[in-house]
Amino acid sequence: MEIHRHRFDAVIVGAGGAGLRAAIETAGKCRTAVISKLYPTRSHTGAAQGGMCAALANVEEDSWEWHAFDTVKGGDYLVDQPAAQIMCREAVDAVIELEHFGLPFNRTPEGKIDQRRFGGHTRNHGEAPVKRACYAADRTGHMILQTLYQQCVARGVAFFDEFQVLDVAFVDGDPRRGVAGVVAHELATGDLHVFECAAALFATGGFGRIFKVSSNAHTLTGDGPGLLWRRGVPLEDMEFFQFHPTGINKLGILLSEAARGEGGILRNADGERFMERYAPTVKDLAPRDMVSRAMLLEIKDGRGCGPDKDYIHLDLTHLPPEQIDEKLPDIAEFVRTYQGIEPKTDLIPIQPTAHYAMGGIPTNVSAEVILDAADTVAPGLYAAGECACVSVHGANRLGTNSLLDIVVFGRRGGAAMAEYVQGREPAGLPAGFGEETRRTIEGLLGGPAGAARVADIRAELQEEMTEKASVFRTDESLRAAAAAVDRLRERYRGVAVADQGRRFNYELSEALELGYLLDVAQALVAAALARTESRGGHFRDDHPLRDDANWMRHSLAFRQPDGTVRLDYKPVVGGPYLPMERKY
Amino acid sequence: MDVSLRIKRFDPEKDRRPHWETYRVEVEPTDRVLDALHQVRWYQDGTLAFRRSCAHGVCGSDAMVINGQNRLACVLLVQDVGTSITVEPLRGLPVLKDLVVDMDAFFAQYRTVLPWLHNDGDPGETERRQSPEQRARFDDTTKCILCAACTTSCPIYWANDTYVGPAAIVNAHRFIFDSRDEAGEERLHILDAQSGVWRCRTAFNCTDACPRGIKVTQAIQEVKRAIVDPG
Repeated sequence: MEIHRHRFDAVIVGAGGAGLRAAIETAGKCRTAVISKLYPTRSHTGAAQGGMCAALANVEEDSWEWHAFDTVKGGDYLVDQPAAQIMCREAVDAVIELEHFGLPFNRTPEGKIDQRRFGGHTRNHGEAPVKRACYAADRTGHMILQTLYQQCVARGVAFFDEFQVLDVAFVDGDPRRGVAGVVAHELATGDLHVFECAAALFATGGFGRIFKVSSNAHTLTGDGPGLLWRRGVPLEDMEFFQFHPTGINKLGILLSEAARGEGGILRNADGERFMERYAPTVKDLAPRDMVSRAMLLEIKDGRGCGPDKDYIHLDLTHLPPEQIDEKLPDIAEFVRTYQGIEPKTDLIPIQPTAHYAMGGIPTNVSAEVILDAADTVAPGLYAAGECACVSVHGANRLGTNSLLDIVVFGRRGGAAMAEYVQGREPAGLPAGFGEETRRTIEGLLGGPAGAARVADIRAELQEEMTEKASVFRTDESLRAAAAAVDRLRERYRGVAVADQGRRFNYELSEALELGYLLDVAQALVAAALARTESRGGHFRDDHPLRDDANWMRHSLAFRQPDGTVRLDYKPVVGGPYLPMERKY
Repeated sequence: MDVSLRIKRFDPEKDRRPHWETYRVEVEPTDRVLDALHQVRWYQDGTLAFRRSCAHGVCGSDAMVINGQNRLACVLLVQDVGTSITVEPLRGLPVLKDLVVDMDAFFAQYRTVLPWLHNDGDPGETERRQSPEQRARFDDTTKCILCAACTTSCPIYWANDTYVGPAAIVNAHRFIFDSRDEAGEERLHILDAQSGVWRCRTAFNCTDACPRGIKVTQAIQEVKRAIVDPG
C-alpha cells in the first residue's frame, strides 16, 4: 500500500454545505484541499428539502430576535444563546449572499425571496406561526449544495473526491499543541494519502445510520466525530438526537416539514387532528421532538393507523393540487415512487425517522474546536455543520436551522481558519503518521474467514439503538443499549473483509465506517444514561420532566484509554431568555 | 420474492475483460434495486463495487444500466423490473470496477460551460429581484443532480466523447435562461462549437433517462434556438 504525501495550508474534510461554504471562504487566502469520501454533489445537504430560515420579513413582519427566541425555546433552553443570536442575525446576510451566488429561491410577486411557515418558527415570541423559511420548492438543500459547488468550481477549489479521511495527527499527539495533518484512503486505488497542514476543518455531517429507520444517507456514519474522539477530542451533547416526525413508513425517507408548513395535517386512525391536543397554538407545526413523541403516544394508545395500528397519516388531500405540484413536487414523487399512492388523494403513512444529531464536535462561534469544560481551544482545529455542536440547536433543532447552521458556521470556520494559517507553516508530521491507519486496514483485510460480518454487526447496532436509545428511553433500556454496544464493539475487533482487492473496496470502506458508528453510538448511550431528565430530543420515561436545577449543562463525552467513556459537563451560556415551560 | 440479479463484473486487478455473474437474492417487491445490490454486497459477495449514498434519488450516485435502461438503482422498485434483473455500468465512461465508472470526463465537460452565476453588477445588500415568471423559465434545469444518466444514454456521446453531452447543456441552460446571469452569450458561443449542441440529433434518450424528469431534449433545443436567435 503506497503512502502519498501532500502539503497544504489547510484541509477541509467533507464537501457538503458546511465544507463547501468554508472552502469558498478560504479560496484565494490560503492553499486548501477539500477532501471528501463522496463527489461533493453527492453530499446529504442535497437531500434537505424545506427551507432556510432568516428574518427577511419579505412576506410577514419578522425580526432576527424572534428567530433567536424560537431557536432557544425550540432547543429546550440548552442552546448557547449568544451563538443562536449570531446565527439568527447573520441568517439574513447568509440568505442574501446565497441569492447573490445564484441560488434560485422561489419568489414573491414583487420578485423578492418568498418565505413560508415551518415548525417552531413564530412571530413575537410564540404568538402564531410566521413565514420565515426561504425556499426553493422542496429542494432547498439541493439548490444550496449545487450553488456552493458552482461557486467552488468558479474559484478553482482543489478537490480530492472519493478520499475517505481516517485519522488526524496533532503536534506531539496532543490536540492542545496544534494540527499536523490528516490521512485519507483513496477509494479508486486503495492508496493512503497523508496531508500535512497547519489547520483542518471537519464538516463530515451526521451519523443517523446508527438507527434502523433513518432519513440519513448510507454514508452518514460519523467519521469526523469518531476519528477525533479516538484522538482525545470530546463529543458534546451526544444524547440529543432528533427524530423527524414525517418519515416514509418503514423506509424513513424524509417528507419535509414544509408539507405541514404548506398546510398538511397529521391524523390518527380516527382521522383526528391530534396535534390540537398536544400543541393548541401551533398544532402540526410544533417542534419535531414534540410531534414525534405525540405520534408515538397516539400509536401506543391504540390510535395508530393501518392493520397493525403502527403508523400515522400525513394528510395533504385538502391542499389544492397545484400547490402540491409547485411547492412540494419532490416529496409527492417520493410518495408515488416508494409507497405507490397519490398524495393528492391518499393519506400518507408516516413514522418518525432518525434525522439529525444536535450533538457533535464541540466548537465556539468561530468554529474552533473546544477540548474541555474550560473552553480550551484546539489550535488549528475547526468543525462546522451537523458534525459540530456550537451549540445553536440545544436539545432539539428547529426545522431549517440546519441549512442555516452550515452556511453561517461554514463561513465563520473558513474565515477563522484562513486567518489562523496566515504566516504559519505546517508544524511537521509525527514520524510514521499513516502507519497506524495502514495497519488498521491490513488488519481488516487479513481477518480470518468466517469471522464477524460488517453487515450483521451494523444491522444489530441499528436494531439495538432503535429499540433502546431512540425517542423514548429509560435507565433500563439505556443500560441494555450500552451493553449491546460494548458487545458489538468486541465483535467488531474480529470483523473481516472478504474483498482483498484495492480498488473501490467498498466492503473495506463500510467496515471502517462501522467503527465510527460504534464510537458515536457508545458516546450517545453513555451521555443519555447519565442525563436523568427529559429535554428536547432526549426523553426519559423514568425522568419525564426537565430539570433545570441540575441539567442546564452540556455533556462532554471523552474516550478513555481503556475504551470506556468519561463524562464531564459545562454550563449552558445564557442570554436574554429565561427558561420557561415549553408550550406551543 | 426471489430475484435473479445478473451483474456485469469487471475488476481490472483480476480480470482481462468483463464477465457476468448471477446472484439470487430474497427481496420484498417494494424494495429498491439498490436494496438487492446491497443484499449481494453485504451477504453474498463483498467484492461487488457500486456507488450509492442517499438511497432516494437525490444524490445521483447510483446511476447504472438496469435491464437496458439508464436508471438510479434507488428509485427503481424490484416489482417494476421483474424477477430477472440485469445490471451494467453506464456506457460511454471508462469502467473502473464493476458498476463504478470514471466520472472525471463528465465533470470536466460540466465545467466547460462555466456552471456558475456570472453577474459583475453590485447587487447591494438585498436580493436581486426576479419575478416568479423569470424564475419559472429555468426551473426545470435546476433539478439536475449530475448523475450522468442522460449523457451516458446518448448514442452521439457513445460515439464521440468530445461532445459535451446533455448534462453539461442542461447546466448551461440553467444559467442561460436565468434573468440574473450575464454570461449567456459566452456559454452560447461555447455550445455553438464542434463539441456543442449541434451534435445532438434529438434521439430523446436523455429525456427518457433523466431520473429527475427534466425535459433534457427540450432544454437542448432551447439552447440551439437561442444560438440561432439570441434576441
